[in-house]
Amino acid sequence: MKIGLFIPCYVNAVYPEVGIAAFKLLKSLGLEVDYPLNQTCCGQPMANAGFEAEATRLALRMEDLFAAYEYVVGPSASCVAFVKENHPHILEEAGHVCQNSEKIYDICEFLHDVVKPTHLQAEFPHKVSLHNSCHGVRELHLSSPSERNIPYYSKLRDLLQLVKGIEVFEPKRIDECCGFGGMFSIEEPEVSVCMGKDKVRDHMSTGAEYITGADSSCLMHMQGVINREQLPIKTIHIVQILAAGL
Amino acid sequence: MTTKHAIAGTRFIANETQEKWHDETLWMVRAKRDKQSRSLPEWERLRDLASAIKMYSNSHLDTLLEEFERNAVANGAIVHWAKDAEEHNRIVYDILKQHGAKNLIKSKSMLTEECEMSPYLFSKGIDVVESDLGERILQLMKLKPSHIVLPAIHVKRQAIGQMMEEKLGTEPGNYDPTYLTHAMRRHLRDKFLHADVAMTGANFAVASTGEIVVCTNEGNADMGTSFPKVHIATFGMEKIVPNREALGVFTRLLARSGTGQPVTSYTSHYRRPPEGGEFHIIIVDNGRSDILADADHVKTLNCIRCGECMNTCPVYRRTGGYSYTYFIPGPIGINLGMLRNPKQFADNVSACSLCLSCSNVCPAKVDLGEQIYKWRQKLDRIGRANPEKKLMSAGMKFLMERPALFNTALKFAPVVNHLPRFMVYNAANAWGKGRELPAFAKESFNDLWKKNKVK
Repeated sequence: MKIGLFIPCYVNAVYPEVGIAAFKLLKSLGLEVDYPLNQTCCGQPMANAGFEAEATRLALRMEDLFAAYEYVVGPSASCVAFVKENHPHILEEAGHVCQNSEKIYDICEFLHDVVKPTHLQAEFPHKVSLHNSCHGVRELHLSSPSERNIPYYSKLRDLLQLVKGIEVFEPKRIDECCGFGGMFSIEEPEVSVCMGKDKVRDHMSTGAEYITGADSSCLMHMQGVINREQLPIKTIHIVQILAAGL
Repeated sequence: MTTKHAIAGTRFIANETQEKWHDETLWMVRAKRDKQSRSLPEWERLRDLASAIKMYSNSHLDTLLEEFERNAVANGAIVHWAKDAEEHNRIVYDILKQHGAKNLIKSKSMLTEECEMSPYLFSKGIDVVESDLGERILQLMKLKPSHIVLPAIHVKRQAIGQMMEEKLGTEPGNYDPTYLTHAMRRHLRDKFLHADVAMTGANFAVASTGEIVVCTNEGNADMGTSFPKVHIATFGMEKIVPNREALGVFTRLLARSGTGQPVTSYTSHYRRPPEGGEFHIIIVDNGRSDILADADHVKTLNCIRCGECMNTCPVYRRTGGYSYTYFIPGPIGINLGMLRNPKQFADNVSACSLCLSCSNVCPAKVDLGEQIYKWRQKLDRIGRANPEKKLMSAGMKFLMERPALFNTALKFAPVVNHLPRFMVYNAANAWGKGRELPAFAKESFNDLWKKNKVK
């Protein structure tokens, strides 16, 4: 099983520790992990802004970078969802059949559905509130969307249950958007910030010390609100918890 | 970097008390809907059925509408066909004129809003009276609906009381909802009694029986049609369902989705003319056949106008219906506006964080969020792309296609972390409006990997 680690642009630039935790976690489970050098971006920011064509070369580039790998695994549900859902039709227009969409996984999905670890070394004696990010929930199906009448499940919660000492909570509006939304956050900044404040307060009402989830982008947005408002809660990517102590 | 929606939304948010109230009230409706949808184990099956029936009906309009017409005519109704809003309004006016009618009592209809029928009829000297409580309040206040199911959701009772004081002579300062409701009831009773012609929309039209079905909670459609000898019912042609079995799927979904009730208080089936009177039915196209030919957006015709996509939309709840430039707000309104006139209504396309809650809540499985994504792709072609977003996207493309340049940029990026605040947090920085910027890492993941520091 040869895994190519997919490190999205902003994780590369702002949260390398999330990439490191992802690498260590996969390694610790006895997996063969490699990072194809010089990755940049999957093209989602441009496409969500309305410029899908500007993602074409980036999508092609990702196809080349990961051609040799059996799995592509990344610590960012939204970017993974973009590759899975949108690279196929973007590449189709360029006359290329997308390979990545079939083999790309968010790291939580990959652990939960493919690796299926029964125990982890991690210990994290803290209260955390789960951030069920939109694309993780509604595109990658990491948990049951609140809108649907289907039995509750959460792949993130299942994984966190392997961590010693952790207490997991979820906000009242269990999967309402935090307001990041890529360029939405700067095209409608007031609305985005309003949603962000509401979301952070909902997480805080659980009594949690940390907000955790599979998307650094939502966490980045909420951390921005937390820092501005000086709120007593922190954000941490779920892989940093799962890899705690490695 | 801004759109009309962003500007109007910012204004709505500035009144924090009102914004919070609006958000929480509509979230409550969403919560009621969740409770109702979970009370039916077959909920997801119903949604699948509803979607499949609509896809079937809308691709068999030619036969279903003709079947409807045959049956309606056999029932004694007079059926009219209107290709657009203008023809629709003229048909209504002609019927009124034939009967020498001056007073029209109508129940709620988004189609008559779409056709801007009331202003047209007013200009012809017809007194059009809305009989739905919320709609009548707005009509007297000279306001437009801000929600398709809860049209006056944005108006507080104090404002309603003040308007009623002035217009209906209620006690000054008495804003008691029960008192005001009774006063409005008396006012409307008089209108019901003296109407010449009644008008309703239709939530559904049943092909196999030629009947139309109207769902209300106030019984105002029933009251309105009880006195006049002439009833005009109007519907957009996508309201057709093949038969009553199909109808049952939708009546089970409509109120549960829209208001979190198991069923609307009144579900009225209209089949025959009033005794000694006339029953006119108008079937309206007004752009719908163009939508049929648009594969990316054909599913908007599945919409049953329950309004739940508004209640669930985190942007709608925080910005209110008036922040949108099309008369139908929220996710369905963004899409319908673009189908109506993309250049004119492009400002609403920004009102979406692509969370996809709407697509999952929709009882007829309209892919609302996915369609908004598709509209964004089309903005540049119609000259309505946001120039700053375009520039940023082009800049990102340039950088991201050049890994060496990207890596160099990341080496220098941490400098931004140490710039004086005024240089980073200024008018040009939309992110900084309510958020701190993230700090760039001293070494990027790519650098760390190259230096063999990732182990």
